[in-house]
Amino acid sequence: MTLALHGVGYRYAGASTESITGVSLEMRDGEVVGLGGASEAGKSTMCLVLSGLAPRAIKGVLSGTLLVDGEDVTAWPMHRMAEVVGTIFQDPTTQLSGVCATVFEEVCFGSMNLGLARDKVIDRTYAALDAMGIGELAARDPSRLSGGQMQLVAIAGLLAMRPRHLVLDEPTAQLDPAGTVLVADALAHLAAEGASILIAEQKTDMLARICSRVLILESGRIVLDGAAEDVLADARLDALGVPAPSAVRLRRALDAAGLATDLPADLVA
Amino acid sequence: MGGVAGPVGLIVVAVLLPAIWAGVARRLIRTALLLSLPIAISVLLINVFFFPGGQDILLRIGPVTATREGVAFAMETLLRIGVISGSITLFYLTTRPSDLVLDLERRGVSARLGFVTNAAVQMVPSMVERAASITAAQRARGLDTEGGLRKRLSGVVPIVGPVILGAINEVEARTLALEARGFSRPGRRTLLWAPGDSGIQRLVRWLIVVTVPLAIAIRSSGMLAGFGG
Repeated sequence: MTLALHGVGYRYAGASTESITGVSLEMRDGEVVGLGGASEAGKSTMCLVLSGLAPRAIKGVLSGTLLVDGEDVTAWPMHRMAEVVGTIFQDPTTQLSGVCATVFEEVCFGSMNLGLARDKVIDRTYAALDAMGIGELAARDPSRLSGGQMQLVAIAGLLAMRPRHLVLDEPTAQLDPAGTVLVADALAHLAAEGASILIAEQKTDMLARICSRVLILESGRIVLDGAAEDVLADARLDALGVPAPSAVRLRRALDAAGLATDLPADLVA
Repeated sequence: MGGVAGPVGLIVVAVLLPAIWAGVARRLIRTALLLSLPIAISVLLINVFFFPGGQDILLRIGPVTATREGVAFAMETLLRIGVISGSITLFYLTTRPSDLVLDLERRGVSARLGFVTNAAVQMVPSMVERAASITAAQRARGLDTEGGLRKRLSGVVPIVGPVILGAINEVEARTLALEARGFSRPGRRTLLWAPGDSGIQRLVRWLIVVTVPLAIAIRSSGMLAGFGG
């Protein structure tokens, strides 16, 4: 299955210019695509368009086409998009339904909305809790969790819906390093099972860890697109407002000190 | 004190006894008193001192007088307020909002309506927490929220504004999250369980269904006029 944008632009209602312009992208099964860029570069808008929320839930004008398996999905209702494309945003407090008494119910929420069989909902919920390593939180009140725990619950809820494509807008923004690693490992596991994932993220270390391909946006346009190791080592990253991963910065520092040649390449790659 | 027997009976039978049975009597009394205190004070002052047509004067303070009729009417009104706040508090202390929504959905009520009901209930503590954190943040930036009435009033706007705007933003963000989780899908959602519903609960519900219209009919017909009802 593929999720693709062809020449897509999006202008929010009331705005005079497009927030993203002429964006084309094709995501294949098992591919993890990173999306970087400075603030206001258009990362969140691209996530909203890929998820189908723009223009269905956020009014604006969409140009170009969004394709799922080659089918133009412009006319699809939002609930149908939600079955195919799962979406997570950065603020964990607003990701949760706010009406569930326990984490288990919260993780069930999405698959219950899809009208799946009861046993399937329960099986998927246990599997999603396990995948995120939060089984011990199942009986807790979601509103009493830390921000990081809430985000893990939100991602588990998304996993329980089993969408083929995941669009994640800075999902680890409020997670500690351990939580970030947990999310990264869970996403890598999902990609290995065939899901395609687009992750907008400021943490380039995270992108370097799990992405096979990275795109960099500037003023709503894709300015860098290629293999993760190439894009994340590109000398233009700093100028684009994207900090290079720590491994790349270490390599540069070692180069500058004349030490890098003494180290194995994979240590600083 | 005509009209007191009915509310007292309701408070005992429909509020206190069930609260004792459910083990929430202490919390119920505290919460119901807190809920009804502001309106109770105003009702008491207005009716005791400004009851129209009161003849039997108990106390005179300058131009205002407290009358026996005013005290009687205030007591009756206070007891009615007690019934209302007590029964609402009892409901929220004994019913999980998610169980209520689940049961409404099971009985065919729209998931959206259930969600709105539940979200409205859940929003209250969330707004209180938000207000507390914004108050703390504004005080850390030098806002004086203590002291005289004027100072307190001038401190309200910088707190209420962010609370309301924050709540609106939260609603927008949560709407997007709900859409992304398939909430707008037509048709019935999967319901995983049914809340417990014992025989005694069903019996009480049927008693309410029968007695409330009966009480309204009796009250409307004036049958209890002689008892002050």
